[in-house]
Amino acid sequence: MHMFFVLSRLAWRYLWRNHRRTVVMLSAIAVGTWAMIFMTALTRGMVDQMIVDGISVIPGHVQIHDPDYLDDPSVYNRVALSDTELTARFHDAGFVAWASRVRVPAVVTSERESRGVTLLGIDPQAERSFSFVDYDAVEGRFLDGADDKGVVLGAKLADTLETRVGKRVVLMSQDPDNEIADRGFRVVGLFHAEIEVTEESYAFIGKRTAQDMLRIGDTVTEVVFVGDDYRDVEPLVANVMGRVDDSVQVSRWTEVDTYLGTMMGMMDGFMLIWVIVIFLALSFGLVNTLVMAVFERIREIGLMLALGMKPASVLGQIIIESMMLLAVGLLIGDVLAWATIKPLEGGIDISVVAKGMEMFGASSMLYPNLSIDDVILANMVVMILGFLASLSPAWRASRYEPVEAITKV
Amino acid sequence: MNIVLRLAWRNLWRHSRRTWLTIGAMVFSNILLVFMISLQFGMYGLMIDNTLQVFSGHMQVQAPDYKDDQKMRQVVEDVQPLAARLRGELQSETIAARGWAFGLASSEERSYGIGIYGVEPVFEANVSNIPGLIGQGRYLEQNDAAEIVIGATLARNLRIRVGDELTLLGSGLDGSFAAAVLNVVGIFNSGIKEIDRNIAEMPLGMFQDMFFMDGAGHQVVILAPDLDQAEMLQARVEEIVSDNNELVVQGWDALQPGLKQAIQADMSSAFFMYGILVILVAFSVLNTQLMSVLERTHEFGIVMALGLKPGRLGRLVMLETAMMGLIGMLLGAMAGALFTTWFTVNGFSYPGMEEMVANFNLPGRVYPRATLLTMFAGPLVVFVFTLAAAAYPALRLQRLHPIEAMRTL
Repeated sequence: MHMFFVLSRLAWRYLWRNHRRTVVMLSAIAVGTWAMIFMTALTRGMVDQMIVDGISVIPGHVQIHDPDYLDDPSVYNRVALSDTELTARFHDAGFVAWASRVRVPAVVTSERESRGVTLLGIDPQAERSFSFVDYDAVEGRFLDGADDKGVVLGAKLADTLETRVGKRVVLMSQDPDNEIADRGFRVVGLFHAEIEVTEESYAFIGKRTAQDMLRIGDTVTEVVFVGDDYRDVEPLVANVMGRVDDSVQVSRWTEVDTYLGTMMGMMDGFMLIWVIVIFLALSFGLVNTLVMAVFERIREIGLMLALGMKPASVLGQIIIESMMLLAVGLLIGDVLAWATIKPLEGGIDISVVAKGMEMFGASSMLYPNLSIDDVILANMVVMILGFLASLSPAWRASRYEPVEAITKV
Repeated sequence: MNIVLRLAWRNLWRHSRRTWLTIGAMVFSNILLVFMISLQFGMYGLMIDNTLQVFSGHMQVQAPDYKDDQKMRQVVEDVQPLAARLRGELQSETIAARGWAFGLASSEERSYGIGIYGVEPVFEANVSNIPGLIGQGRYLEQNDAAEIVIGATLARNLRIRVGDELTLLGSGLDGSFAAAVLNVVGIFNSGIKEIDRNIAEMPLGMFQDMFFMDGAGHQVVILAPDLDQAEMLQARVEEIVSDNNELVVQGWDALQPGLKQAIQADMSSAFFMYGILVILVAFSVLNTQLMSVLERTHEFGIVMALGLKPGRLGRLVMLETAMMGLIGMLLGAMAGALFTTWFTVNGFSYPGMEEMVANFNLPGRVYPRATLLTMFAGPLVVFVFTLAAAAYPALRLQRLHPIEAMRTL
């Protein structure tokens, strides 16, 4: 242990003997570390936001459907269990939230225009906590209950239809016998959403009103469940599976929206590749610095070896030197990253490319997410790979023949 | 060989390991830059082509507000004669007229709201790839036949096959009820979910009859031979239609604002990464050249005492750096080209890529586009930054005092 302290002190002093070189190398490591963490925080912030937004539209972390529904989302493929039966099975199952809903394609027609929409028959109270619509921010009012006779449209859709709160529209879909099912609704509210497509695609009506209109009695097309954490839905899946039989299909959100699911999986891979690429670009400089540091003190190393210092100690000393360099550089980089990300946490406005971000499924505000796991990963990767990179110069230094080294000019 | 060149060359190889490590850093970054930039531009090209060739074309002649609202009444009067006139004046066959409406498509069993294009059967294939993607049956042939082609998913969801009848309901230009029974003659499979699920095409003549269009349509689509010529062509089209202020010409970036912005967003994050790589290389070079100057202080002192101007010494250091940078650039560009060429032949893919890029109309395997520009843009920037990094050590020489310099060991 004593040896370690001596070597550390020696290493620290050697490091500052040529302070210019050390400062340049530290800057490189700090910039590299900053870039690793900054870029990752931005990307993770974007992906997290995409997933949160995406899940809120799906919605829920787990859903159950009729096995054919995801491929053919029609009123024909309803959940085999009645709404009463579902309530009996799920009301005390300990979900954070759950709701049964009617979701079918429909056509909405105003006196001027028609558009295709996804019609959602919901129980507004059950969905309040996880709906992508902020009930209080709705222009007009949101639905009162499952029996509400009004419809809530997206603001953008209302624009296209040239309708507004208080006007009437006709919703048209089909019942299970392929008879046209239509009904007039008064527009009671208009909702706003982060992503324009969402505002164009959904129309909300009361669940029982929807069941009436579609003549489907007490049945629904999907049940959605919210658990504790969207990253780990398995406990939720198990809980749901335990309460239903094979007549329905239980899907995770990653299966309902494969794009988002893949996105989440790719995020960690992307992060690791980015960290490694940056490290590799750094490693050339690191090895170079060490090679130089060894080269300019060959005589000293020879002398130390001649005086009886063990080669292992020389090896250790060079490696400690390298580790110190990395640690200080990492520290500066970490602090730098923290200092640049903190002020941005209120969100970065990137609405100039809002339409483009929509193609990615992302909104026009970017909230960087400085995750402690990412910071640890970046630091660990740099330390471990840095250790490996410094092995070769350190090994060479410890293998010098003392006599030859001393006489070297 | 010039004496200064020779001197610089020899100095470079005094520490060959150090020089190679620095060149290594350049080559590593250059390979990445060449590959990434080629891949990026390959993807952008594909994204643009794939997206524009589905429906939008490189430009469209429309009514002024049509782009933002897409409403039935924002028509182009006498759309077919207009398209014919444009074909004549531009000597081009890749021009076609279209109408667009929204309607409810019903089969025996199901009904779905869909978007319907009225197209000119003869010319549509010149501006869109949908006619070429007919999987079953055939494409439309006659301008006023009661026929329709629909997407594969829609066909499956409607439980409909080639030869079956389909009922189409909608509202006409004057707001009246529009209906027609059409023969499904073909089913297309574009691979793009939204389109296969939501789109149908019928002959423009029939479309105009059904929706009471009175010869009007909504767009004249023009496809340029390639993207580079689109702007020039657009200027000509604008000139031709300038006599009618009921018409405007919308370029592809206005028709697909998301596309251009997605590319911009992707580019800015990519350039951030490239920038970091280049800066790290610059640090590496700075360190190397600083070392090489510092260790020669004694030597520089002597030659200065002998009468050499510090300016020449500075140029010597810059020359050394330039040589090193040149080697790095050439090796990097070559290795990068080889690496990239392998992928231009075999394509580039990673697990999960298909889901990731489907939003951008990209296939699961992309081929980088290697051009002289993508080959040398990155390495050239690295080279410039290499020279800039050497400026500090070179400038330090200007302040060197011969006597003091000679005293240092």
